[in-house]
Amino acid sequence: MEVTLQNLTKIYPGRGRKRQEEVTALKDVSFRIPDGQLIGLLGPSGCGKSTTLHLLSGLQKPTSGRIFFGADDVTDLPPQKRGIGLVFQNYALYPHLSVMQNILFPLQNLKGKEKLTKALMSEKAYEAAKLVQIEDLMDRKPGELSGGQQQRVAIARALVKRPKVLLLDEPLSNLDARLRLQTREEIKRIQRETKITTIFVTHDQEEAMSISDQIVVMKEGIVQQIGQPQEVYDDPCNLFVAKFLGTPSVNLLEGQLRAHSLYIGGESVLSVPDTEETREVCVGIRPEGFVLQAQGALHCELCSVEVMGRDNSVVSAHPASLMPKLRSIISAEQKVETKNPVVSFDLKPSKTYLFDKETEKRIPIKLQTRSQV
Amino acid sequence: MRARERFERWKGWLYLLPAILFLGAFFVYPMVDVLIYSFEEGYNSASQTYFGIGTYNYSYVLHDPYFLQAVKNTCLLVVITVPLSTGIALLIAAGLHAIRPLRNLLQTIYFLPYVTNTLAVGLVFMILFKKTPYSDGFVNLLIQWFGGSSVDFIEGPYWAKMFVLCFYTIWVVMPFKILILTAALASVNPEYYQAAKVDGTSEFRIFVRITLPMISPMIFYLVITGFIGAFKAYSDVVALFGTDLNAAKMNTIVGYVYDMLYGDSGGYPSYASAAAILLFAIVLTITCINLLVSSKKAVKAW
Amino acid sequence: MVRKDWKTNKTIAQTATYLMLFFWAVLVLFPFYWMVLTSVKSYSAYNAEYIPKFYTLSPTLQNYVEAFTAVSLGRYLLNTALFTIVTTAVMMVVVVLAAFAFARLEFRGKNLLFFSFLSMMMIPNELVIITNFVTITNLDLRNSFLGLILPSVMSVFYIYLLKENFEQIPDSLYYAAKVDGTSDLKYLWKVMIPMSRPTLITILILKVIECWNSYVWPRLITDDAAYYLVSNGIQEIRENGFGRENIPAMMAAVVVICVPLVVLFLVFRKKVMAGVSRGGTKG
Repeated sequence: MEVTLQNLTKIYPGRGRKRQEEVTALKDVSFRIPDGQLIGLLGPSGCGKSTTLHLLSGLQKPTSGRIFFGADDVTDLPPQKRGIGLVFQNYALYPHLSVMQNILFPLQNLKGKEKLTKALMSEKAYEAAKLVQIEDLMDRKPGELSGGQQQRVAIARALVKRPKVLLLDEPLSNLDARLRLQTREEIKRIQRETKITTIFVTHDQEEAMSISDQIVVMKEGIVQQIGQPQEVYDDPCNLFVAKFLGTPSVNLLEGQLRAHSLYIGGESVLSVPDTEETREVCVGIRPEGFVLQAQGALHCELCSVEVMGRDNSVVSAHPASLMPKLRSIISAEQKVETKNPVVSFDLKPSKTYLFDKETEKRIPIKLQTRSQV
Repeated sequence: MRARERFERWKGWLYLLPAILFLGAFFVYPMVDVLIYSFEEGYNSASQTYFGIGTYNYSYVLHDPYFLQAVKNTCLLVVITVPLSTGIALLIAAGLHAIRPLRNLLQTIYFLPYVTNTLAVGLVFMILFKKTPYSDGFVNLLIQWFGGSSVDFIEGPYWAKMFVLCFYTIWVVMPFKILILTAALASVNPEYYQAAKVDGTSEFRIFVRITLPMISPMIFYLVITGFIGAFKAYSDVVALFGTDLNAAKMNTIVGYVYDMLYGDSGGYPSYASAAAILLFAIVLTITCINLLVSSKKAVKAW
Repeated sequence: MVRKDWKTNKTIAQTATYLMLFFWAVLVLFPFYWMVLTSVKSYSAYNAEYIPKFYTLSPTLQNYVEAFTAVSLGRYLLNTALFTIVTTAVMMVVVVLAAFAFARLEFRGKNLLFFSFLSMMMIPNELVIITNFVTITNLDLRNSFLGLILPSVMSVFYIYLLKENFEQIPDSLYYAAKVDGTSDLKYLWKVMIPMSRPTLITILILKVIECWNSYVWPRLITDDAAYYLVSNGIQEIRENGFGRENIPAMMAAVVVICVPLVVLFLVFRKKVMAGVSRGGTKG
């Protein structure tokens, strides 16, 4: 099922006697989700991703804009008529019902023509349980299950009606680190098997990047960028997206464009063949964009080297840096001379981004290494 | 869609409708009505007419010797039973807290008076204390054993009747107080006690300096609810002394209200209303003191 | 030596504590013992004891027969049972609906309404009973179950207690049910009520105790013995029943009246005590 969001805006009215100011949670959000994809809605808290999910589920109504499932306008349909499954952050399992009864619950609400026989209902419940591999736990109560198992039950309950769209709200945030890795593989597998268009919300960029076919990065109710995870990571459209994706996060420095070169702290680090302009810019460098080079153009004061096994993380300082410390990831095979107080780097042009200092938008100019000049 | 949305907006009121109807008919309307009654002079319940508006009802009630007797009885009851019952309950709760074996059994026993019918058990107390031509009764038997002379506690001198009333009232209110105080004591973090013991503090000092201050909000709560409850005393008095309380000189304020309303001396809803409003004023004052003190405490805790 | 002293002190303290606790236990239990004892003494044996005996060697159930035949104790019990069941049932429905609205629904004027509900907890029953007496009399409902039940139904405190409990249930359960197309009433019935069962049972028990022991309102509103509840019945028995002060029969009636609630209490001991400590002085 293809899902289309068209100019969605959601404004929460001011509340209470004091008439607090109204809050715009979503502002003119439009995007299209192709059929059968797994989409991650990503952003910091308060960015509107949960509101988007609630609008898709029908639990909330947009202030303006339309939502289409395929060709059908579902904007005014109540949740149960939309054919969606929703998995809550805290799973929202009914604690007094067994796993089986929890999964059966949505089916028991069907009325009239859709009403199923008891046998058919339990068949469907087992089918859903098998899909998430909890068929041995059917008689337990949610309280007797681990977090990961509860998560599976919640997914089974959402899937039992064969929804056209599956929505997951922070599906991994209540799990411990080890389970998180395992569960996200699981979500990916279930989505592959069912081919249901799945949209999940998360604030954890690693989680979103690792399993999504596409990610939607949001901030303050506005969609920043949409695309395949690698694409968005490699080619962020603005400073926010660059900062939000990737750990360790992107390093920011003050720089200057002048005479076909990018200068950082008076040193020309990369050449910029396509522009004559002279302007101040904000330079973002991915940690893996640093190349350790004895004759490197960028000279930093070496602070420490953190050993991470496969790689070393070199922590250094530079006067032009907008952050207290610069962090670069260098392969462990390259030895860093710790006695030397200064460390020199060359920069990879593909991992270095220029941003407008005012608008924070990406400046679309090609960068090249100096040697190519 | 429009109609549906409007329905959603008012649905809450629909669910509340039964509650509002009941409360409106049997709480709000009577509240207002009783206030009006209390100012309507010379109300005649047969013709439902009255002469005028004024404070005559109040002045009548305040000059009625029966009412004054009722106020005196009620006040005595309050002043005697509230501190005594709270103190004894504190002792017993502390005792319960200090022991392990039999604690559950004793707690269960102590709670029994709560679930028994006040009227019915009051009858038992009456029999225990009553002196008849056929028998001096159980309590007088005890008194004689200890060398005293027997007294009729039910139809005898005022102090004896007051004593039984207080005794029975304490017996009736104890379960609640013991329960609350036991719970309060159990909720004090044992680490405080351990810390104090490490410092070599004596048990008594621990109780006075640590336990009491920590459960003082609960004690205060019990004193307040005790005051309110005792001011509203009625059915235990009836249980002991029968329905003709004025004759027994053992009436309470609530009893006075009901007697004015109904029964042999009844038919004066205006006087009953005035007396009830006076009672309400007393209860409200106590409640306000309660709110004031507890909010002050809350502010301090901040 | 010091150690030994400390040990004896502790033993003395323990003994004193137990003595005090036992003393109070005896004080509590003695009236019950006396009541049962007297109820099995025969009328003649009882009246023959100028000095009351602490035991009886010839227990009889004659008094119980008397209690059910000479006065209409059975009728009183039946009336009380009916009154208790209907009042409690109606209250549960009203309270559950109101608590649900306050806890789960959004509507205009909710906060104001809830506040006015709360303030009604301060109104003593004694105040409103006067007008209720007049109202019920004017409606010609004296000596009827309707007149007994109607003003006894509402308890604002229970709405408050249940609302607090309902609010503990996470919102997401409600949304999950909404996504599945569950109606509000079905959600209330299938999710909220089962999840709040402990509180509902507590409220149920407290109300049953209150109803079973209610005295003042029934006394005002009934003067026909056919509508007496047990409290009024016992008062009637005391003042007019059994001819010349048949105390053993009276005690038999008292035992019969007390037994249902004592049994209820012993069965639901924990629930009753937890419920009372959460809300409610007697009366």
